Amino acid sequence: MNMLICIKQVPDTTEIKIDPVTNTLIRAGVPSIVNTFDTYALELAARIKDISGGRIIVMTMGPEQAKNALRQCLEVGGDKAYLVSDRAFGGSDTLATSYILSRAIHAIEEREGKFDIIFCGKQAIDGDTAQVGPEIAEHLDYPQVTYAIGATAGDGEVEVKRETEDGFEVLAVPTPCVITVTKTPFEPRNPSIKSKMAAKKAELPTLTAQDFTLDLTKAGLKGSPTKVKRTFTPQVNKEGIIIREENGAVAAGKLYEVLFSKNLVHVR
Amino acid sequence: MEAKNNDLWVFIETNADGGAKNVGLELLEPGRRLADIQGGNLVGIVIGSGTESAVSAAAAHGADKILVVDEEAYGRYTTEAYTKAFCELVEKYGPTTILIGATNMGRDMGPRLACRLQTGLTADCTELDIDEESGNVAWTRPAFGGNLMATILCPNTRPQIGTIRPGVFKRGDPDTGREAEVIREDIPVAAGTIRTRLLESIRETAGELINLEEAEIIVSGGRGLGKAENFSYVRALADALGASVGASRAAVDAGWIPHAYQVGQTGKTVGPKVYIACGISGAIQHRAGMSGSDTIVAINKDPDAPIFDIADYGVVGDLFEVLPALTEELLHARAE
Repeated sequence: MNMLICIKQVPDTTEIKIDPVTNTLIRAGVPSIVNTFDTYALELAARIKDISGGRIIVMTMGPEQAKNALRQCLEVGGDKAYLVSDRAFGGSDTLATSYILSRAIHAIEEREGKFDIIFCGKQAIDGDTAQVGPEIAEHLDYPQVTYAIGATAGDGEVEVKRETEDGFEVLAVPTPCVITVTKTPFEPRNPSIKSKMAAKKAELPTLTAQDFTLDLTKAGLKGSPTKVKRTFTPQVNKEGIIIREENGAVAAGKLYEVLFSKNLVHVR
Repeated sequence: MEAKNNDLWVFIETNADGGAKNVGLELLEPGRRLADIQGGNLVGIVIGSGTESAVSAAAAHGADKILVVDEEAYGRYTTEAYTKAFCELVEKYGPTTILIGATNMGRDMGPRLACRLQTGLTADCTELDIDEESGNVAWTRPAFGGNLMATILCPNTRPQIGTIRPGVFKRGDPDTGREAEVIREDIPVAAGTIRTRLLESIRETAGELINLEEAEIIVSGGRGLGKAENFSYVRALADALGASVGASRAAVDAGWIPHAYQVGQTGKTVGPKVYIACGISGAIQHRAGMSGSDTIVAINKDPDAPIFDIADYGVVGDLFEVLPALTEELLHARAE
């Protein structure tokens, strides 16, 4: 299988704090990481490669610094990585981003051959939209499977296990296809010293707007139908009622009384 | 495309049995408010098989009109058939706004629909308003794992589309005498439209309700439980309350419970009437998935746990004492 993984470099949202005075995000010093779901997508591809063979190309759109994220992916299964980068792409929303990526995929396919599977993380942990994967599939007119937690390669198709709201289902999807990956039951593999060395030395080709054909009116801020009107930090702290008793049973009794008096629970 | 009218559509998502899921009926509430400001009809969109009860539920919950696509081929959700049907309806009727529940289905179909229509989609909204300046829908949603809220507009393309988290809006009381205009559309699914094949479908837990998005009460367990067996404390309380069981990422990562139960940024987003967090510290990632709950109860032995910052009722104590005692109280009350 010839596989492409679309990744995003994101701020580690677990490290983001709110400035208590200005009530704004403190971004300084927040480490950049490969989007968590993308690391699961890469591991899933690496497992397919372990069993069925193939190649894994990694792609990201972003500034020059995003090359660090690409190198991290080369340490844990990626064979080659491309950066898609141009000032004209800045400010793209999901529709514009997916359009640019779908055009870049064509350009990369001219060099690397047609991809059987395009993997994306379910969503990025900064934007949380879960839109870019399905929108790439739509631009390419490929079938999609979202919320994947496992996949095995077959003959001209992939068997994908996906999470549903009350369990899971297994789908057969013909290649080429787009698969977006949620938290898998397994963790991404660790890099080896050898893979780290190789990733450090790897050439990372960059594709700019000049390197592939696209309609620039569909890219960047002006190609984005959605506009951010304003951002603000949510007020989270509540003045809750705290129950603190020496004895857990007494505390439970008080909680029970409160829940009943507020009509929050009912006797079945 | 340009809108042909000021109508607002709400996708009435159906279950496998054709009935309406809560989320679509919930969205008729803000839908009514926005449709009235926009000066258009509130239209329910029902796609499925055997959807009579969903159609009457949409009428009872306030839809003026209901567009129905009912065929056996829509009995199970598939990206391709549903996107195509929805898209054809949009092209024919030209609404200005579409609200879709941010369920697995809504988040699978929404982006395909928006992309095919070349319009903007705002995901996972928690607040809906009309921007006074421009008259566009102001879609407000959390980002950065719940650390930041953003208000998004889609000023130049129509329809403007958003997915909205389940449980954020509350379903109104049904008025069963209410009538709506029902329009049936015949959109056959041509051979070859659906490229995926279902091989296997499994409900992970026999008898236990894990459809967390639809649950009214959720009892969730976290790291404080210490081991898998101790989920029995959570389950016992959930049984006594008629609640669903949830879990934090720590409990799932430890292998105590499957990921399908996970609430939070990398799990499910829930909005029950009551959320009881047991031994969950309340990291921002967990809060991102449950802070929309009406009432939050936290039981944790660490008084500094961040979960207490958002709890309406917090018990600082040992959950191994509190949970059985609370369960006992409930069972006792039932016996009386």
